[in-house]
Amino acid sequence: MSDIIKFSVSDLNLFYGNFQALKNINMKIAKEKITAFIGPSGCGKSTFIKTVNRMNDLIEGVRITGEITMDGVDIYKDMDAISLRTRVGMVFQQPNPFPMSIYDNVAYGPRIHGIRKKNVLDEIVEKSLRQAAIWDEVKDKLKKSALAVSGGQQQRICIARTLAIEPEVILMDEPTSALDPISTLKIEDLATELKQFYTIIIVTHNMQQAGRISDKTAFFLNGEVIEYGETEQIFNKPRNKKTEDYITGRFG
Amino acid sequence: MMRQSFIAQLEELNNKVIKMGSILELSTNEMILALDNTDVEIAKKIIKRDDEIDLLEQHIERDCINIIAKQQPLATDLRKITSIMKIITDIERIADQCSDISEYIIRLSKLPNFSAPKTLSDMISAMKKMVIDTIDSFVEADLDKASGVILADDEVDEYFEKITQDLSEMMQEEPKTVPQCICYLMIIKYLERMADHSTNIAEWIKFIITGDLALG
Repeated sequence: MSDIIKFSVSDLNLFYGNFQALKNINMKIAKEKITAFIGPSGCGKSTFIKTVNRMNDLIEGVRITGEITMDGVDIYKDMDAISLRTRVGMVFQQPNPFPMSIYDNVAYGPRIHGIRKKNVLDEIVEKSLRQAAIWDEVKDKLKKSALAVSGGQQQRICIARTLAIEPEVILMDEPTSALDPISTLKIEDLATELKQFYTIIIVTHNMQQAGRISDKTAFFLNGEVIEYGETEQIFNKPRNKKTEDYITGRFG
Repeated sequence: MMRQSFIAQLEELNNKVIKMGSILELSTNEMILALDNTDVEIAKKIIKRDDEIDLLEQHIERDCINIIAKQQPLATDLRKITSIMKIITDIERIADQCSDISEYIIRLSKLPNFSAPKTLSDMISAMKKMVIDTIDSFVEADLDKASGVILADDEVDEYFEKITQDLSEMMQEEPKTVPQCICYLMIIKYLERMADHSTNIAEWIKFIITGDLALG
């Protein structure tokens, strides 16, 4: 069965001033799959994931050439950043709940989008927390501060907050690097659950994590995509010597 | 260069497999010698040596499991370690067969003199080349040599059919040689199995090198 393409990236280059952080990226990202980006620090994988919801727009001196389309529409030319980001949510390395209650964290997005009715918000909050596999743990303390729970729980609350605005895509930038192994596995299970409905792109330094959860893996090095393929192929039989060296720890 | 201790562990593992291969090579050569001369002493030595191979197999197995658990190997490393776990089973089986043949050499020594089937020495040469080439292709990561082993298996199978036929005729013509013929029948079956196990090993060596699993 061939994949449906969510994002199509063509000849993408990104410069921070004179420094070229991404070099001629060409990639198709499949809908409702998990795509993992691996590579050493500074290789461009986080920069790349941020181009997908135009987070780099906020950084001064950034210049981007080339094209990224989502469902065939150019996200830089034919879409505004705000509506793009409602469709493409993001979860970061450090859990970053807002300093407010768990309920208000999750209801924040829907409220911004004009939803005021309590029963509707209640429904969204519960549904999102359930989808993020955290409902049972927090249902009795929704009014408590989101900062008062564990890091692993905070991260799932942040995922719930992302889900509350019903995006189509979830970007995860090292979502478990600050979490303990149990929380990490919960987030991984969650990602595997969520891919039924969402396209997920995850940046990870944890090779085994990429192996466990992703369908496709891209290896980045010095701003280039060195190899991109089925995760099974990348981890068993990489085609490129540099990929082999990196994943077998002979790099550096 | 990173992961020095992991790389050292892999090298140690590799050396243990090579050691197991050298012991197998010795037993194979001695088995052929013992069979040629119906030499009971050498046969006994081969049987005794089998324990050494078994022990080495267990050690290598344990090492492989430890490396997988602690180092989470990937790509070529993963292929090599998983293949080694399969390869050592086949090496151990071939060594068992050297030992099994040795039992029949001892049995033959107690029976009246009987000249071995004519083409037996050809079958032995073909099988021996397969075993030696298999070990060499592991040591040298030689894809062509491994492929050669796989191709040679048919030749050994043909010798097996031919000698079975000859022994069958012999038993009909001279029923008093049936006990010796039965011994040789068992021996050629073991030789044929040695070639089969060499083929298995060669398939795994190909997998290590290319990453392609032989299916079917």
